[in-house]
This record gives sequence, C-alpha cells and structure tokens, in this order.
Amino acid sequence: MSGQKFDNKIVQWVDERLPIFSVLKESAVDYPTPKNLNYWWNFGSLAGFMLVVMILTGIFLAMNYAANTAIAFGVVEHIMRDVNYGWLLRYLHMNGASFFFICVYIHIFRGLYYGSYKAPRELLWALGLLIYLVMMGTAFMGYVLPWGQMSFWGATVITNLFSAIPVVGDYIVTLLWGGFSVDNPTLNRFYALHYLLPFVIFALVFLHLVALHTTKSNNPLGIDVTGPQDTIPFHPYYTVKDLVGIGVLLLIYLAVVFFAPNFFGEPDNYVPANPLVTPPHIVPEWYFLPFYAILRAIPDKLGGVLAMFGAIVILFFLPWIDSSKVRSAKFRPIFKQIFWIFLAVCLVLGYCGSQPPEGQIVVVGRIATAAYFLFFPLLWVLGKIEKPKPLPQSISAPVLKGASAGHAAQKMEKA
Amino acid sequence: MRKFLTSTFAAALLAVAIPAAAEEGPALERQNWSWHGPFGQYDKAQLRRGFQVFREICSNCHSMKLVAYRNLGDLGFTEDEIKAIAAEKQVQDGPNDQGDMYARPARPSDRFVPPFPNDQAARVASNGALPPDLSLMTKARVGGPDYVYGILTGFKDTPPEGVTIPDGMYYNTAFPGHQIAMPPPVNDDQVTYADGTKATKEQISKDAVAFLNWAAEPELDQRHSLGVKTLIFVFVMTILFYALKRKIWARLH
Ligand code: HEC
Ligand code: HEM
Repeated sequence: MSGQKFDNKIVQWVDERLPIFSVLKESAVDYPTPKNLNYWWNFGSLAGFMLVVMILTGIFLAMNYAANTAIAFGVVEHIMRDVNYGWLLRYLHMNGASFFFICVYIHIFRGLYYGSYKAPRELLWALGLLIYLVMMGTAFMGYVLPWGQMSFWGATVITNLFSAIPVVGDYIVTLLWGGFSVDNPTLNRFYALHYLLPFVIFALVFLHLVALHTTKSNNPLGIDVTGPQDTIPFHPYYTVKDLVGIGVLLLIYLAVVFFAPNFFGEPDNYVPANPLVTPPHIVPEWYFLPFYAILRAIPDKLGGVLAMFGAIVILFFLPWIDSSKVRSAKFRPIFKQIFWIFLAVCLVLGYCGSQPPEGQIVVVGRIATAAYFLFFPLLWVLGKIEKPKPLPQSISAPVLKGASAGHAAQKMEKA
Repeated sequence: MRKFLTSTFAAALLAVAIPAAAEEGPALERQNWSWHGPFGQYDKAQLRRGFQVFREICSNCHSMKLVAYRNLGDLGFTEDEIKAIAAEKQVQDGPNDQGDMYARPARPSDRFVPPFPNDQAARVASNGALPPDLSLMTKARVGGPDYVYGILTGFKDTPPEGVTIPDGMYYNTAFPGHQIAMPPPVNDDQVTYADGTKATKEQISKDAVAFLNWAAEPELDQRHSLGVKTLIFVFVMTILFYALKRKIWARLH
C-alpha cells in the first residue's frame, strides 16, 4: 500500500508508519476510473453524502431528544419550537431519510440495469444489499422516536409480524418490545439501536468501497477495462462530477426541506401516540411500501412475512440467477424491456402499499407481487435464450467497425 | 426509457381507474392562504385577529399546550401586552417555602393555560367528546388549513334527507362521517375586530385557521425567507460546479 513519495516531510514521516496518505492517494486521487461513467454513477457518492448528513443532523438532534414515552412527542416539538434552528435540524433529518432512500434506490436500479452485480462484483452487490437492509432497520426505528400515532402503530404492526414465525416468534416479539406491548422499553431500545446502526452502515460502506476498489467500477458498456487508455484518474474528473451531483441533490432536497417539509410525512404522526385509538389507515413510510404491498398480497400471515423478506433475500442471489454473461442492458434488448417492466412493477407495488387493501387494490397487488417474483426465473431463462448485440472491443473504442465486430462477438461467445 | 414511460403510464391509468376505496367527505376547497408558496409569509394583522378568535371562542373548549405566551411576540404583541394576556389565567405552582402549592397568574414563559384541568373534565363539559389540542391541528389532518377551514364553515343546520343526527351532534360536510360533537363555533359578527375588519363567518374562520397554522408552524416565516436565500446560493454554487466540471473534462477531448 505505501511506497508513494510525498514532498512534505511530515506527511512522508507519517505515511511510512501509517500509510493513510498513500491509501487516500491511491483510492481517491489516482484511482483509475472508467472514463465513460454517466451521471447514474453519481448516486453512490450521493448516498454516501446523505449518510454523512444523517449522522451529523442525528447527533445534534440526539443532544436535545429524550427517549421516554411520557415526553418524547413534546421533546420533538421542543426541538421544533425552542431549540435554535431545531426545526431545520429536524426537517433535514426527516427528509434526509427519504432522499437517502431515493439515492440508494436509484443506485440499486443503476446496478441492475448495467449488470454491476455480476462477476466479479457479487460481494460488492451483497454488501450493498446489507447496507440497504440495515438502512431499513435504522429508518424504521427512527420513525418510532417522535412517538406520534404512526410511530406507535407502525411499530406495533411491524413488530407483530415476527410473531408469525413458528415456535420462537412470540419470544422475538417480546424481546423487541421489552415487555408485552410497544411501550417505554421499546422506545428506549429503538433509540439505542437507531444511534448505533448508522455507524454499522458506515462500516459496511467502508467494506463496500474496499470491494469496489478491488474489482474496480463497472461502466455503462458493462465490459472490462482493457488498459490505461480506458480510464481516467478519479481526481479531478470524478470528484468534480460528484460535486455537480451534490449541488443538484441539494437543490431538490433543500427545496423540500424549506418549502414542503411534510411532503413525505403522515399527518397522523403529529398526533401524540395513543394506544387506545387506532388510526383508520396504518401506512409505513413510502420507502417500505412495495414490501408492505407484498406482505399484504399473501393471505397467510407467515406466508406474507416470508414473501416480504424473500423479496429482498432473493436479490442476494441475483448474480447467480442471472445466467447471462453480458452485463449492460445496452446489449441485451429483451432484458432492457424486462428491466423497465420490473421497475414499473415495483412502483405499482408501492402504490398498492399506500392504499387500503380493499377491492381491486388487492387484485392488482397480487398480480404485481407475482410479477415481482417472476422476474427472477425469467432472468435465468433469458440468459439462455437471448441473443445479445455485439459488444464493443474496449471502452476507448466503443464504435464497432468491420473486423473488430467479429472479434468482439467471438469474445462474447467464449464468455 | 419509452417502455418505462408507457408502463408507468399504464400503471397510473390503472390507479386512476380504481375508484378511491375510502370515501372521505367532499373535496376541500383550496383557500388562498397568505403563507402559501416559497415567498408566502404570515399576515401579522390576520394572526392577531385569529388570536382574538381563539382567545374569545375556541379556548373555551380547546387547549393549545405547545404554545407559550411569550411566542405571541411573533404576532407583534409588546412585552407588556403579553404579560397582561398571560396574567388573565391562573396556574398552579409550588411548593413554596411552607411546602404548599399555590395559584399564581400565568407568566409569559408559561404555556397557554388549558380550559380544563384534565381530559376527563373536558369530556364532561362537551357531552363526552374530547376537544383535541389545537397546537398542531393544521399539520395533523390531511388537507391541513383547508380542512380546518372546511370544518369551521361546513356546518349545516339541517342534514340532508335520510340522515339523522343524534342529540348533541352536529352535521358537518368536512368532518369524516359528517357527525361532529363540536357545536358550530363561529357565526357572523361573533367577534368585534379592533382593526375594523368585517367579521363575517368566513372571515372569522380564515383568521382562526391562520392563527392555528402559525401555532403549528411558528417557524414558517423564517423557514421561507432562509429557504429562498439558501436555494439561490446552492443554485449559483451548482452552476459553478458544472462550469468547473465542463472545464476540467474538456482536457480529455
Ligand atoms: C363548545 C366547545 C367548543 C368550541 C367553542 C370549539 N370547539 Fe372545536 N371541538 C369541540 C369538540 C367537542 C370537538 C371534538 C369533535 C368530535 O370529535 O366529534 C372539537 C373538534 C375540533 C376540531 C377537530 C376536528 C377533527 O378533525 O378532529 C377542530 C379543527 C376544531 N374543533 C376547531 C375549533 C376552532 C378553530 C374553534 C374556535 C373557532 C373551536 N373548535 C371551538 C368543541 C369546541
Ligand atoms: C448507504 C448506502 C450506499 C452507499 C453510501 C454506497 C456507496 C457507493 C459508492 C460511493 C460507489 C461508487 C460510485 C458508484 O458506482 O455509484 C458504490 C458502488 C456500488 N454500489 Fe453502493 N452504496 C450504497 C448502497 C448500495 C446498495 C444498497 C447496493 C445494491 C444492492 C449497492 C451496490 C453497488 C454496486 C454494485 C456498486 C458498483 C457500481 C459499479 O461500479 O457499477 N450500493 N456504492
């Protein structure tokens, strides 16, 4: 790792003993990056930016928060009303979660479209999914902290799901609750975990990046880098491009924070939690809605829970389910169409999750759930029968001409 | 991309075609509130009128526990005026040096004193129904200020045919289920405005809603003006980043 030479004597002295400067230079400055990455490749760094925003705003919120059911709701209002710029901190954190998920969802679908999950990036993909899982846990527990009606009832509904697990289910639920219903012990443990998990995410992101820098970035063509002519140094090219992305993200994120801070929120969460009054529609935050729809699509409780978790778990196996060796959808005409349909199915599921499960919504939800799971066997079959377009020879020579086309096609057949 | 657009479009059509599952009262009329939009701000005179409505009418039944008397400074009341407003109410304090609890006039630092000592007392006074705390009312209902305005102006003396309203309940077009336990709180000329504004039922309701919205979002004025400045800054910053990006990437071509 070390071995870089630095002009500054002190830097050199430190680096010989602890190669932080060498590592930084190798992985954030010189790091050879495909020169053809498009703006969809911005969303990884944007997700990282949002993680930092969440941790920073979270720490300052924690300085004023108190996890006690008797005062939690009032304490959050105290932050909104009496703490200097407390409203800004809270709205940044509240909406930050939504924008974090938006970035990560786009990041995941980018990976799907360009086949970034395929060899040799299977572990990189799995680490990403782990991040996503821990994010969901963190967001779920964070939503309980303001102790409004949706906090309480959302927590009740979701924790109750675990009781469907045979034999140990009830023990797990009691453990989650710290008692016999969602109550003060629940709030306390959720607060402790909500503070802990973001740092677990941070560690996972670190591993994610180590894996990324080992396999190197994929690119819109989905072909391997063939030599230095295909890459450019990360700095300044991608650092400045990431800054553009951060600027655009901030524009949208801050517009919501300042002008529509409750756009993503549920009015019911401004009513203090009341175990005696059930709200008419209990809905989770928007980023859980597709899974909520899958949960409700299956008439059996245990079946629903299994389907919901299965919907995520199956993604871990995607690198082995997808039997095509061609990564980018650019060269897979049928996969490309199926990709957009899959995305639409996820959006329809989200819509179904937001509606009361009545009438046609149930039917639509079931069809969409079936379509979601059908995607995976379809991918396996598709890889066997689809005829991909000829791949370019290299990133720097993306245009196919005469002889090279034959060569590329040959290479592909081998792959 | 086209595929995506067509499939989402199809999904959207499907969604629209499915009739809204739960009927939730009539569509609310959207009012032209002064604080709407990025440049919107509260109208202080309206907030003061709204406070008068709250003080003279709503506060007989409803609490507003999250707002303190000192917050009335936002509405343009002077310190002495606020002291006088607070002092009209008594709060319990103590124990004093003798170990006794005692009543004293409220101070600007106290929160609005509720009309009833506890929820049970409030229920007894309102036929068993609990008048909810109004501190966050405009944020706590779908439709926000338009909904609250709809409640205040949505009372009908005679319910539509076939609908019977039990004793102690009132017909209201905006309330889910249309039976509300709150008697119609506002009527024409129920208050006399010091600034000469004509006190129609609609005017009183609007002013009350404006005040409730301030109570729920007292930071709104600051949020909007800081937001405009911040977004202008971020916009210029993004343009500069983009120009820099173009310049640096030009080296490659
Ligand atoms: C005579 C007592 C009384 C007065 C005066 C009164 N209210 Fe109410 N209010 C109630 C009661 C009781 C309820 C509960 C109704 C129910 O749940 O059916 C209520 C409910 C409400 C609701 C909640 C509706 C909902 O969606 O739950 C709003 C908003 C409201 N009042 C606003 C006002 C405003 C604004 C004023 C002053 C202009 C006012 N009230 C004056 C007794 C009163
Ligand atoms: C906290 C959330 C996450 C952060 C901060 C993060 C960060 C990053 C960053 C900075 C990159 C490099 C830039 C890029 O390619 O976009 C990257 C790459 C990648 N991430 Fe993530 N990521 C997160 C979550 C995820 C998730 C949930 C997945 C998928 C399940 C995922 C899958 C990938 C893959 C496959 C790559 C390689 C991309 C490629 O080069 O094609 N990441 N991540």
